[in-house]
Amino acid sequence: MANEIHNFAFPEVQMSPSRFRHALSRHRITISKSCTNCGQCITLCPYHVYETGSKHPQVTFEHLCIGFACSRNDFFCVRRCPEKAIKVGLNPSFEILGDKRWPADLLSSTWHMAETGNIPHSSLNYKTGDSGGGFDRIRFIFPPDGASKISKSEISTAIELNRSDDSRPRVTIPIPLYLGGMSFGSVSIVTMLSRVRAAAALGTFCCTGEGGYPEELMPYDDNIITQVATGLFGVREETIKRVRIVEFKYAQGAKPGLGGHLLGDKVTPRVAAMREAVPGSALFSPFPFHSVYSVEDHKKHVDWIKETNRRALVSVKVSTPTDVDMVAVGSYFAGAHIVQLDGSYGGTGAAPDIAKKNIAMPIEYAVPKVHKFLVEEGIRDNITIIASGGIRTAYDMAKIIAMGANGVCLGTADLVALECIRCHHCESGRGCARGIATTDEELTGLMGLEWGTQRIINMYLAWRSQLINILSRLGMKNVNELVGRFDVIAHLDHLKGRDIHGELV
Amino acid sequence: MPLKYHIHSAPVSNRFPKITKSGVIAWEEGCLKCARCVKKDCVYKVYEKRDLDGRQMLDSLDSVCMDCFRCVQGCPNRLIQKGMNPTYKTLGDRYWTPEIITDLWFQAETGRIPVSGAGYGGPFSGIGFDAMWTDMSEIVRPTRDGIHGREYISTTVDLGRKLMMLDFDGTGEMISVPPPLVEIPLPIIFDLLPWSPPRERIIRSMLKAAKILGTFLIVRASDLEPDLIPYVSNIMLHLDRQLDSVDRNLIGTSRMIEVPYNEDVLSLQRAIKEINPSVVTVIRVSLDPGSSARVLDLTRAGAEVIHLCADEQGLEKAKEPLFIKDRMKEIHLRLVENGVRDQITLLAGGGIAMAEHMAKLIICGADALTIDIPLLVAMECRVCRRCKTGIACPVELEKIDPVWGSERIMNLMAGWHNQLLEILGAMGMREVRRLRGEMGRAMFFEDLEREVFAAMGKRS
Repeated sequence: MANEIHNFAFPEVQMSPSRFRHALSRHRITISKSCTNCGQCITLCPYHVYETGSKHPQVTFEHLCIGFACSRNDFFCVRRCPEKAIKVGLNPSFEILGDKRWPADLLSSTWHMAETGNIPHSSLNYKTGDSGGGFDRIRFIFPPDGASKISKSEISTAIELNRSDDSRPRVTIPIPLYLGGMSFGSVSIVTMLSRVRAAAALGTFCCTGEGGYPEELMPYDDNIITQVATGLFGVREETIKRVRIVEFKYAQGAKPGLGGHLLGDKVTPRVAAMREAVPGSALFSPFPFHSVYSVEDHKKHVDWIKETNRRALVSVKVSTPTDVDMVAVGSYFAGAHIVQLDGSYGGTGAAPDIAKKNIAMPIEYAVPKVHKFLVEEGIRDNITIIASGGIRTAYDMAKIIAMGANGVCLGTADLVALECIRCHHCESGRGCARGIATTDEELTGLMGLEWGTQRIINMYLAWRSQLINILSRLGMKNVNELVGRFDVIAHLDHLKGRDIHGELV
Repeated sequence: MPLKYHIHSAPVSNRFPKITKSGVIAWEEGCLKCARCVKKDCVYKVYEKRDLDGRQMLDSLDSVCMDCFRCVQGCPNRLIQKGMNPTYKTLGDRYWTPEIITDLWFQAETGRIPVSGAGYGGPFSGIGFDAMWTDMSEIVRPTRDGIHGREYISTTVDLGRKLMMLDFDGTGEMISVPPPLVEIPLPIIFDLLPWSPPRERIIRSMLKAAKILGTFLIVRASDLEPDLIPYVSNIMLHLDRQLDSVDRNLIGTSRMIEVPYNEDVLSLQRAIKEINPSVVTVIRVSLDPGSSARVLDLTRAGAEVIHLCADEQGLEKAKEPLFIKDRMKEIHLRLVENGVRDQITLLAGGGIAMAEHMAKLIICGADALTIDIPLLVAMECRVCRRCKTGIACPVELEKIDPVWGSERIMNLMAGWHNQLLEILGAMGMREVRRLRGEMGRAMFFEDLEREVFAAMGKRS
């Protein structure tokens, strides 16, 4: 099986440019009237920013321009233009794009990866955000050049999800990530299917979230995780039997201790039918499971699923309270194969701001606590830790693995690949104006299924090559070697003159 | 079960145009006059609802735009841009940030709690209250569903001194005399304002709100006009003059009286109690590095309530000041170690700007807290502090209608109350009294950083 996975045929990158007329870019290029349409700039630019136009060249791919950094190149169009007609400036709109966790650079570089399958060639920061702590202050310590280099083709990024010694099947995924739950209702069917199809193409999984199992998903049963959450919306014996992994959602990092809330506007007839509810009326998922008030109750839940589907693995998604380590141990002894820790800065379709910011701890604290505790308990090798809630980049993914996770679960990054700009208005009115998190028919029509699928595939292929690069620099042949390697990372605020042998990246 | 405490809220409109973070700038020059202009496709109908204000710098600073950027990306000649609103950036200061101020405005206008989509977008942590997280319950501890009203979560607190035991004589009669206790349904008291334009109408707004909410407004004896006397049961009288010069009737009918700290403060407390034995006295102390010793002495000497005051940024008076939450932790723990914490009520204020600060300060040891600037912001204050130097208030706070002002404050408090229920519910707590000093149910930045990050990068 491991060999099979090693030879897994990853899909190809296919160029998938922005679905809007102009991609958002840091730079603004203007061509003045003195342009004679000589075409020099079109020939010069290796990034294909310009296309032929009738009166003057068209600035078609402004976002691919590397800006002022280009001035050291021979092909710098501003200098080489015989009429001095080209001007490059900063785009004022770029200033209001994004936030501290997902600054404009991170959004743009993610869009770039989703479009091209490569890291951006410009100076955009694609590794960290501006949050000033956690991942954004953690760096890899790469050994000095030449110390260790592993050939990239030898490196495996596959992980095993069933690490217990029970009789259930092995489930290996060729990349250490799968896609987290976003319910039908909170996102459009096109978004949902794009994520599922991308997961299938990449040999991994995508979770349904708590909103039922639309029939369009059925061809992808083997790549679907179905979710059982507190509202039990759309949970049926038949859907539990279809899949290879069933996930219990005890809590969500963005709103720990609080229930889910789908606003009435989003409960269209189809959403209502899927959830066996009334169209137009808001739906609450209670918190918590009122059938679980102890680890013993929790075990009954896990046993129920295991009995219903005898080949399924069970995942338990929990948030990060002070005693998150005890919760993880409890989940193990209740029989879970996977414990998913969802950090407090994770995504949501709608949550009170006070909960998103203040309740429970960021994932960067929770994973090391749980990893170390499970090691001390002697059970670390028997359970898979999946980290989620605040993983934005390939670097975040690699860092959290070094901090003790086996793999990660993503959500927001997928939506950014689909050109989410994090306006934080998923919940208002007709829903997402960009047609991602909406059930409005007209808005849903803004996005095509092939395009959406390919954008997500492209992004994760770019992530995989970054991960391989990191492993190669660290001299590791297998991503499993990276788990819990606190010695290969450092936090910039805690270095204090410590001897670091290597380059901080 | 006690009667459920509920704060009525209803939208109350603004008097002045909103200051939003960004605006749309659209040029006319170069317009291609497309048959179907992108402005027509706006999901939020921004261009149809345009509310232009000639005094504002940007073309359209409407609050309807939700930053979806579709018009920016869609206009063929790139004639539409989004731009940061320079006025927004200059709101408040580093502590009272534009985000906090606009958040308070939203709550005062709508009475709703701020809810948004996507994950948290702010910094990882920060100074003061941003350096801690609160706990939640999972699997082994039940949470409480307070916000949707299915379980009752009490936010009531008692103010006053408490007996640690009751004494009885040989016949079984109780000989202990319990000190007076005042109950407020929300752990918030409205404090003296650090600054404001002429405050007659402002005080009346706050007092009306305090009355409906069932809490207190601290009013200087020198500000107490005859028309405020009907509100006396919601006034905490602040003695800013000699006891002799205040009407004895007023002392006799007050439920709470605050006195500034000095060496003889307890003899003043006794003098007040002689006039009115049922009044609860509060000693107002500025927060400084000596506070814990002073609070311990006062507690042992019979003080009932101590009100600890930090500055507008939540800092104590010192060369290297501690933040209010950190000093309160020290004070609380010192009283606990000395076995006297439950005898005294601690009020704390200064730098309380958001609902989460309330929960966090209670976790750090306060029984209840006092707020000031958020009440002004509820009434559209921009925290420009021009009034301090006598310059006219840009939002004419001195002219407000007290009914309008009280409704805005009620809305804000409704929002804060609901957010407190969210925090308590997530922690599985049924009353805010139990939250006080529960530092084990919080996570502190400095502890987690040391525990998790300090050991990284060491070669084994």
